[in-house]
Amino acid sequence: MSAITPSTSPLQKLRSATGTRRIFIHTVLIGVAVVMLYPLLWMLSSSLKPDTEIFTHPGLIPNALRPDNYSEGWSGSGNSFSLYITNSLIVTIGAVIGNVISCSLAAYAFARFEFRGRKIWFGLMLGTLMLPTQAVLIPQYTIFYNLTWINTYLPLIVPKFLAVDAFFIFLMVQFIRSIPRELDQAAMMDGANPFQIYWKIILPLMKPALVTTTIFTFIWTYDDFLHQLVYLQQNDKFTVPLGLTLFLDQTSGSSYGAMFAMSTLALLPTLICFLVFQKRLVEGLATSGMKG
Amino acid sequence: MTTAKTDEVVKEPPAPATPSDQRERDRMRRRLARRRGGGWWPYLFLAPWFVGLFGLTIYPMLDSLYLSFTNFDLLTPAKWVGMDNYDRMFTDDPVFWDSVHATLLYVVVSVPLKLALALGVAMLLNRDLKGIGLYRAAFYLPSLLGGAVAVAIVWRQVFGGDGLFNDFLAWFGIKGQDWISSPDTALYTLILLAIWQFGTPMVIFLAGLKQLPKDVYEAAAIDGARPVTRFFKITLPLLTPIVFFNVVLQIIDAFKTFTPAFVISNGSGGPLNSTMLYSLYLYKKGFTDLQMGYASALAWVLFLVIAGFTAVNFIASRYWVHYDD
Repeated sequence: MSAITPSTSPLQKLRSATGTRRIFIHTVLIGVAVVMLYPLLWMLSSSLKPDTEIFTHPGLIPNALRPDNYSEGWSGSGNSFSLYITNSLIVTIGAVIGNVISCSLAAYAFARFEFRGRKIWFGLMLGTLMLPTQAVLIPQYTIFYNLTWINTYLPLIVPKFLAVDAFFIFLMVQFIRSIPRELDQAAMMDGANPFQIYWKIILPLMKPALVTTTIFTFIWTYDDFLHQLVYLQQNDKFTVPLGLTLFLDQTSGSSYGAMFAMSTLALLPTLICFLVFQKRLVEGLATSGMKG
Repeated sequence: MTTAKTDEVVKEPPAPATPSDQRERDRMRRRLARRRGGGWWPYLFLAPWFVGLFGLTIYPMLDSLYLSFTNFDLLTPAKWVGMDNYDRMFTDDPVFWDSVHATLLYVVVSVPLKLALALGVAMLLNRDLKGIGLYRAAFYLPSLLGGAVAVAIVWRQVFGGDGLFNDFLAWFGIKGQDWISSPDTALYTLILLAIWQFGTPMVIFLAGLKQLPKDVYEAAAIDGARPVTRFFKITLPLLTPIVFFNVVLQIIDAFKTFTPAFVISNGSGGPLNSTMLYSLYLYKKGFTDLQMGYASALAWVLFLVIAGFTAVNFIASRYWVHYDD
């Protein structure tokens, strides 16, 4: 409507998208959003349907609700699902504690000291970011095999205490650099040693980076199928992803409802993390990307 | 900053310089330099990382190189076989070539489409829209769930014979098929899954778009540049560092894809090795067949290929990535 009036400068035209254009953009975005979320909604709705209805009645609203899928899936497939969830919790909590401690220690050293060879070590650290885990999987396996750690959670937890996730070191280095050095110096004046500075000044101030690390470590470890598949061999040690694949082999067509129910439950921890920390997740990602 | 620090440390009022003062000041400066170096403190903080770097990265890399020249099977001592593994890989292993074919196709098709979609949606989101946070969340969620086995299981059902995708096609009167069990289409369901997870590069693009200088656009608009021109002449060139970052990351990620290929083919890489992504083949050789020497050779080839792709990316970037400074 304003396009005809000659007083509209090109600048204003650029800034104000007209009503129809706005509607168009919203329509496209809503369309994309529906496609993005539909498979997940379909899973949720299938988890509540009787098996006979899942593939014959494709709509999202079930004709008949069958919450039994959840109880069947929970107790089904060999061990109870509560065992897998407990196992997953042991692994993820161990990994989170390891990553937070070891990565923050390393990041503090890289961000605050001018020690000899710092640049080379830092470069090596960045280099490990690009190294595919598959390249070291087999020798790492033989190391843990010789330590008789196979079928324990140690190969999944101990490496996290050795700061192998360079991504988080990098994230924390960037964060520590934004903390004013004057704070360290003031503490140093008061006679604090570097560890006390790390513990009493840096750690409390880098809480946002620690939270980001916690959330991402939790989600990535929880979903890390390859390493769990390689290191855990007996059913009673299985984590949620492994328990799910067990389900996949056993059901082979018989109880899809229960399988979808357990898939839904398996995604729940990640979904809860996402809903609670949505903003922080997205921002943590965006800022790390900007440094590239 | 340095002088301020010196003053603070000395704490004494500045006196006229005498030789002894000069010496005192030199000693102070040395002590300060040492303090910033931290003596053995940084090594203490880095100790866990050093153990990890040498014990879990550098030593394993070398060990894997050595093992790749052996017939190691985990249970008996490794025996040196020279280039046999590499020989076999390139001349006498059709499954290896199947996996190379599947992986390259997967990388070459999924990465550009995913990035194009990510950039397109990021452009749409880069304005004051109501509910922009909701859109961002909806588009990012699938990426976060990305590697989950549960998602792969759902995908398997969605593209199965009587799955959701065929119901969708039926609306348009198209008769579907079982996309997962057909060797012509199975890999494309994996590619679609990868594209569905465009949220991570999208968020990074969005952050980049927000940093672009507005005045350039205003000047261009005054000069009468049309949106398409503005995109190709301003947005894309200014965004090239972010594009580059996303390209490098997504290629590395795509080469490593394992979980969906494993789940969708039930660990087989089938039908007819069409979903035998390289990581899956490596896993099967190492941990199912216990041919760990051969799998180590596969791992080194993967490492070299990824390093090669990354290096080519960095070299090519000189010609198309524009940095401000």
